[in-house]
Amino acid sequence: MLQVKKQGNKPLIIKSMRKKPASDCSSSASCCSGETPPGADKPSCCGPPTSTGGGIITDKVPGFIAWLETACGPVPRISTKLTAGDHFGACKARWAMGRMNFIVPAGLYAIGHPTPSDPVLVTANYKMTYDIIRRSLSGRNIWLLVLETYGVNVWCAAGKGTFGTGELVRRIKTAGLAEIVNHRRLILPILGAPGVAAHEVTRRTGFKVLYGTIRADDLPEYLDSGMVTTPEMQHITFSLYDRLVLIPVELIMALKPIFFIGTAVFTVAALLGTVATAIAALCAYLGAVLAGSALGPLLLPWLPGRSFAVKGAFIGLLWSGIFYTVAGGSTWNIPATAALFLAVPAISAFHMLNFTGCTTYTSRSGVKNEMRLALPIMGSSLVASLILLLAGRFL
Amino acid sequence: MGENMKGFRYLENVVTLELNRATCVGCGRCLEVCPHQVFALAEKKAVLHDINACMECGACALNCPVKAITVEAGVGCASGMINEWLRERNLRAPGGSCCS
Repeated sequence: MLQVKKQGNKPLIIKSMRKKPASDCSSSASCCSGETPPGADKPSCCGPPTSTGGGIITDKVPGFIAWLETACGPVPRISTKLTAGDHFGACKARWAMGRMNFIVPAGLYAIGHPTPSDPVLVTANYKMTYDIIRRSLSGRNIWLLVLETYGVNVWCAAGKGTFGTGELVRRIKTAGLAEIVNHRRLILPILGAPGVAAHEVTRRTGFKVLYGTIRADDLPEYLDSGMVTTPEMQHITFSLYDRLVLIPVELIMALKPIFFIGTAVFTVAALLGTVATAIAALCAYLGAVLAGSALGPLLLPWLPGRSFAVKGAFIGLLWSGIFYTVAGGSTWNIPATAALFLAVPAISAFHMLNFTGCTTYTSRSGVKNEMRLALPIMGSSLVASLILLLAGRFL
Repeated sequence: MGENMKGFRYLENVVTLELNRATCVGCGRCLEVCPHQVFALAEKKAVLHDINACMECGACALNCPVKAITVEAGVGCASGMINEWLRERNLRAPGGSCCS
């Protein structure tokens, strides 16, 4: 299992200093402060990092085999085979368990027996990312430079700016990379590009940035072909499996609001009707949530329209119809029926619209646009639904 | 557009991406970093070949050495944006934060 030392509440920047000899490797460690405009290297969105960082490299890092001596001190050689514990940890993280501490120390690692002329790959310190990368590099000699992204994957960290120019420059210097390798090339994941200004990295460190591939699976072919990115390696995808693995964590993260709203729905329905009404209303609500946040994402390309709100409303309407049939809607009065068909699509549409945060192709402007239109409609539907229910009960 | 992204097109005519061809030096970095093949090269300069495929990740703008590209990049999920709006109005956001 993962054993990572924490360092209090502040992520240390100069972590690998302690195992460096007093050569010129260390001289560059401090020179990266103050040469950039303030704020340039700061994370750009979503507030503070989610953890205190990955700690320092020890012989407890995941997959540790042995220390490899380099011009700048020992570097851990790591295995490319994942253990049952690695798989179990990934599985737990997919279900939002221990996800915030699924992290490895930032710094330089060695895969195989790399020499100064071997390539350097750059990645994030989310352990799932680290595992996927090392597994894809089996049988190769590679330097792996892991950036401190506070346990967040490359793409999200690039969006936040933690997988960024500043961190990369710092990490190159603290690892003494210029002493360890005799070339000046770094291979970065394409999805890291939103955080890294390649020309800035070159200007500040002399290292040239090559954006390799989107997926780790393509790395062997990329490396074998002499670092040529084919069009396929640069095409982002959003397969059924890609969408499937996102659903558990999204649902679990939404449990708290679902619990509160579900309780409210149950209480209101119980006050207006009987316990049976309340159970039915709760089922309708939970179904609407699942339709919008699980079924909708799975059926994404086959749902009509491009708008996520429309896709969500469609799947919500579908669920309304199913619920109406199964729950014996033909015996209901007209206001109750109308209330169901108004509220459920609105709820599903909201959850589906929220899934835009997980996709690989929606733009911020598009989501803004949709929200400006859809949120008032969703709100009105819910209010109208409630008025209808009250009217049906008291008139 | 890649074959694999068939069925995955978002709204048309909404993105904020802009390219200043006069400034462009034709280095091709934007073509390298774009996961949606928005750019192409024509007459030794970049062109917006498929602007509606843009997801506003901001990689092109950040990696453009002459700042010829601008785009409003940022959080793209509904709850993240609601939280942002609430924060702007100094209200406390309910529940967790996005993309953490």
